[in-house]
Amino acid sequence: MTVPRVERPGLYYPKLPATWWLRNANYFRFMLRELSSVFIALFLVVFLIQLHRLPQGPGAYAAYLETLRAPGWIIFHVLALAFALYHSVTWFNLTGVVQVVHLGERQVPPRLVVGASFALWAVVSVVLLWFLLRG
Amino acid sequence: MTEETMTLEVTRYRPGHDREPRTESFTVPYRKDWVVLDALNHIKDRIDGTLSYRWSCRMGVCGSCGMMVNGVPKLTCAAFLRDYRPGPIRVGPLANFPVIRDLVIALDDFMEKLRRVKPWIIRAVEKPVADGEYLQTPAQLDAYKQFSMCINCMLCYAACPVYGLEPAFVGPAAIALAYRYNLDSRDEGYRLREPVLSEAVGVWECTFVGECSVVCPKGVDPAAAIQRSKLAGATDWLLSMIMPWGGRR
Amino acid sequence: MLTRKTSEPFWWLLFAAGGMVAALLVPVHLLVQGLAVPLGWTSISHARMLALAAQPLVKLYLFALIALPLYHWAHRFRFILEDLGLRGLRTPIALLSYGAAVLGTVATLWVLWRI
Repeated sequence: MTVPRVERPGLYYPKLPATWWLRNANYFRFMLRELSSVFIALFLVVFLIQLHRLPQGPGAYAAYLETLRAPGWIIFHVLALAFALYHSVTWFNLTGVVQVVHLGERQVPPRLVVGASFALWAVVSVVLLWFLLRG
Repeated sequence: MTEETMTLEVTRYRPGHDREPRTESFTVPYRKDWVVLDALNHIKDRIDGTLSYRWSCRMGVCGSCGMMVNGVPKLTCAAFLRDYRPGPIRVGPLANFPVIRDLVIALDDFMEKLRRVKPWIIRAVEKPVADGEYLQTPAQLDAYKQFSMCINCMLCYAACPVYGLEPAFVGPAAIALAYRYNLDSRDEGYRLREPVLSEAVGVWECTFVGECSVVCPKGVDPAAAIQRSKLAGATDWLLSMIMPWGGRR
Repeated sequence: MLTRKTSEPFWWLLFAAGGMVAALLVPVHLLVQGLAVPLGWTSISHARMLALAAQPLVKLYLFALIALPLYHWAHRFRFILEDLGLRGLRTPIALLSYGAAVLGTVATLWVLWRI
């Protein structure tokens, strides 16, 4: 549990303002990275509603797809795609930091781990794209 | 020819007098081989002897001259005036720490956390000295070497917004050092350090902003140490769920 | 004994799994369903969608695709709010965030069950 800090008299205790993430570019990029999760979750909720409409018949489904053609939804999806890509790029870049891979006694260089992550992403994306678009 | 000068905007705080820190400007000679610490020494020797700050080795080893230079945590012995021309240069005490006076911050909190993670080699049973050294292969050394470069300068704490918001957070350097000893093939103290790291204010408090690793003057990557400790902690937890008789080590 | 009194590893594992699923799979789904289909670049018929989604393996995939990133969202959203200084409300924020993700999981199960 967090115990409040005992402040000693005479010392000056600085307070970090809620706007700390505007102080430097790295902090700001961190906030964008965290914010990407919100857009990803919103998209998945939209997807879930689409799946919900599916068993209600072709009419209900077509009507739902029609709403997604509205400019507002297109803008949302463009924005969400940008955030999703940002999430993927930052996520795979950080795998090299978090995941230590050993081959025998030697540690695989983090750059290779990152490269392999991006390669996996590319392969999965192509396969998924093929699966969604065929027929 | 008039001498080139530079202006330093130095944070001053007099305990008992000031309710808040204020800024005082000093004009110092510009020399291309001077660092911010040289400029501070010039001020103390020639302009205002009451200016207070910590320093010792002047060569990036002791870790005592860390300050905020233009808002970024830096060892002032390694921050050259020439990189900040034409100035002015803002010099303040390390962020997120209580200020004792001027540029001097209170170390107690960090020292207590450092002690808590037991950053030394722990053995279940000490080998008698007569039996010789604990041997280690180059690969075993490589496993932790990067994290052993820490000089306890606390720049990483000044860069960490999580520590700024939650002073109870164990923080980058202490966790990186705990991780360093956990990785050491000679060490058997994992179980003793684990309770400190696995607390909510241990590794789980970190949101991986990553700035600690950016500002480290010694190339240590505390953010990596923390995330890997999370992975290890989560794996431990998962194993303890699957196998009630316990996880690794 | 291992991780006393804290459920953090549990939520962190779900966060990590969700982050991985989101990073690998979400961009393509977003591109196809959010832009390509609405903008008429391609179309996926209702019959094909329904046939696909009715397969048990596809259902399992959809469950992972939708439910896991919700925990990724919950974890990050919780810490965004805390990092913005709402430290006094830590417990209610955690309850609301993870609670919403659990609710989303139940909703996902329900929707997939009915297909």
